[in-house]
Amino acid sequence: MNSLYNFAVGPLAWAAFIILAVTAVWRLWSMHSLAKQKDASSVAYMSWKFSLRSIFNWLIPYKSLGWKANPVLTAVTYVFHICFIVLVIFVTPHQILLENAFGITYPTLSSDAADVLTLIVIACCCYFVYRRVTNVTVRYVTRTNDWVSLGLVAVPFLTAILGSWSVGGEIMPLLHVLTAEALIVAIPFTRLAHILFALFTRAYMGSEFGGVRHCKDW
Amino acid sequence: MSIQDRKIEDEGLSYGVSKLTTDKIQQTFKALIDNETGAKLKAFSESCVRCGMCAEACHFFVSHGNDPSYSPVGKVSQTMTKLLANDGKVTPDDIYGMAQVAYTECNLCRRCVHYCPIGIDVAYIMTTIRRFCHKLGVTPQYIQDTAHSHSATMNQMWVKDDEWIDSLFWQEDEAREEFPTLRIPMDKEGADFYYSVIAPEPKFRTQLIYQAAAIMNQAGCDWTMPSMPGWDNSDMCMYSGDFEMMGRLKRQHFELAQKLKVSRIVMGECGHAFRSIYDNGNRWLGWKDYPVPVVHSIEFFAELFEQGRIKLTHKIQEPVTIHDPCNIVRGYGLMDKLRYVAHQLCDNIVEMYPNREHNFCCSAGGGVINCGPPFKKVRVEGNLAKANQLKATGAKICIAPCHNCHGGLEDVIHHYDLGIELKFLGDLIYELMEKPE
Ligand code: SF4
Ligand code: SF4
Repeated sequence: MNSLYNFAVGPLAWAAFIILAVTAVWRLWSMHSLAKQKDASSVAYMSWKFSLRSIFNWLIPYKSLGWKANPVLTAVTYVFHICFIVLVIFVTPHQILLENAFGITYPTLSSDAADVLTLIVIACCCYFVYRRVTNVTVRYVTRTNDWVSLGLVAVPFLTAILGSWSVGGEIMPLLHVLTAEALIVAIPFTRLAHILFALFTRAYMGSEFGGVRHCKDW
Repeated sequence: MSIQDRKIEDEGLSYGVSKLTTDKIQQTFKALIDNETGAKLKAFSESCVRCGMCAEACHFFVSHGNDPSYSPVGKVSQTMTKLLANDGKVTPDDIYGMAQVAYTECNLCRRCVHYCPIGIDVAYIMTTIRRFCHKLGVTPQYIQDTAHSHSATMNQMWVKDDEWIDSLFWQEDEAREEFPTLRIPMDKEGADFYYSVIAPEPKFRTQLIYQAAAIMNQAGCDWTMPSMPGWDNSDMCMYSGDFEMMGRLKRQHFELAQKLKVSRIVMGECGHAFRSIYDNGNRWLGWKDYPVPVVHSIEFFAELFEQGRIKLTHKIQEPVTIHDPCNIVRGYGLMDKLRYVAHQLCDNIVEMYPNREHNFCCSAGGGVINCGPPFKKVRVEGNLAKANQLKATGAKICIAPCHNCHGGLEDVIHHYDLGIELKFLGDLIYELMEKPE
């Protein structure tokens, strides 16, 4: 079991990160060259000023019409994304892995705090599931891919909290690592690709609204 | 509900679909994806998280009792998502439904962009579906008729060359009774500007040409109206998906200005025509800037007021509300100028909410009203949202500086029995300005 775990956090983790890095760069690069080749009349209007203006305004909760019209979803979305990022970076075992690999050290969350954040993320995922089932519009457009993405995100957190509570013994940390690696590898190929593209689509819309339409897009 | 449950009989769609095979559909789709779409469509399709936040933006969704199949993402899911998932292998019957969704259930108003955290432009996706349907020869009969008119006559309404000139003479003649020195200078070389209108003006609303001439003359403008094809600035081909023809129309519109050596073009109170010069037609032609400067009537009227060239005898006292046309407000940022002009004319403006760039569409735009009577019901019932907005203002007059909006709002006002009078800015200026004794 131990050697399996070491393999998972060692070579397998490296593989997952390398696959993510390579495919993400490849996806962004090919999207960029496709845009240059086929969307010249849109690329021509791209502007830093309007891109950043739009991104900035959409980062503020309840600023845009969309955020305002969906108050609960907005709160959950922000909390989910913030906790997600904080956990990935500041949870002690992750920092230790980084320290072992690259010698990087920084302050980390206490294990109690990490547990609370993990539970919050799981609660957020539950809300997403609930909304996907109960909101008629969302249910109408949901496809397998959306469930797969949501599942891929939720399971590493489930296994993390169960592991932290010592449920399932040694298998749980191993499952956590494996499912997290699945999540990492899946990013460029599922709905999670919004992680790669959302900034750019936002920047593009911001540029269109600022430069062509002379008004704001939030 | 899905599109399959609400198909509407339309001759153009039935005829087009009757000639399709699954193979032809797939080949056309692949060619479209390979040759005409790029990163925009790909990034939009892949990044949509299906959160449904865009639903509430759409008047069709809100007005049809939150029916998900009318939500922006719902419309995408019945069309582009399905096509992409099946690599274009869908049945002719599917294409019928997709055409109905894209041409008649989306005004390309772009309100949904304000609601989408990812920044997905559903209007662009719907435009791409229309382009696809055009390539398949599946277009609603009425809008196709106007597109045919564009290609045969270079105007939208089958107005013949001599009929156009006749209309201008006729309006000049009529107006001279009220304004003895009035002229509609035709083909005047080197004038300050040429005034271009949409073809429904000579066809159905000729008094608007009369009023415009009256305003130009009273304001002492150096202007002209062209006698040659190119005078019509409208562009239904942009909406039917016939982009080749859209390019020809825009080129002719500008070339005429160059031929007449005017300093700029002033366009009448229409929104879609303006969209076709700042957003769609110009890009198709590869122009970032126009070969001849062009302004919308709102900008032009604002200029006349700023320069003190229009003198009014009085202002409207009763409450007046303003409808912001999508194509020139969310589309071109003219909300402040529109209010400036409206406040020159009226003392008591009551805003409707939401307004400015967050306005609800009139539900006629994007070529939807041009798809004709078969689809009127869905459009009018799809705009209960607007009816409620209008009603809440308590105003009995509504300014709407756009032809499409007039058409759409007239139907809404009639259907919901709102008793509101619609006005163009030109109507009000003409009504209120000083006239010869
Ligand atoms: S709001 Fe945007 S991301 Fe969400 S469903 Fe609509 S188009 Fe997709
Ligand atoms: S009608 Fe407007 S809000 Fe509705 S889907 Fe089309 S562009 Fe979006």
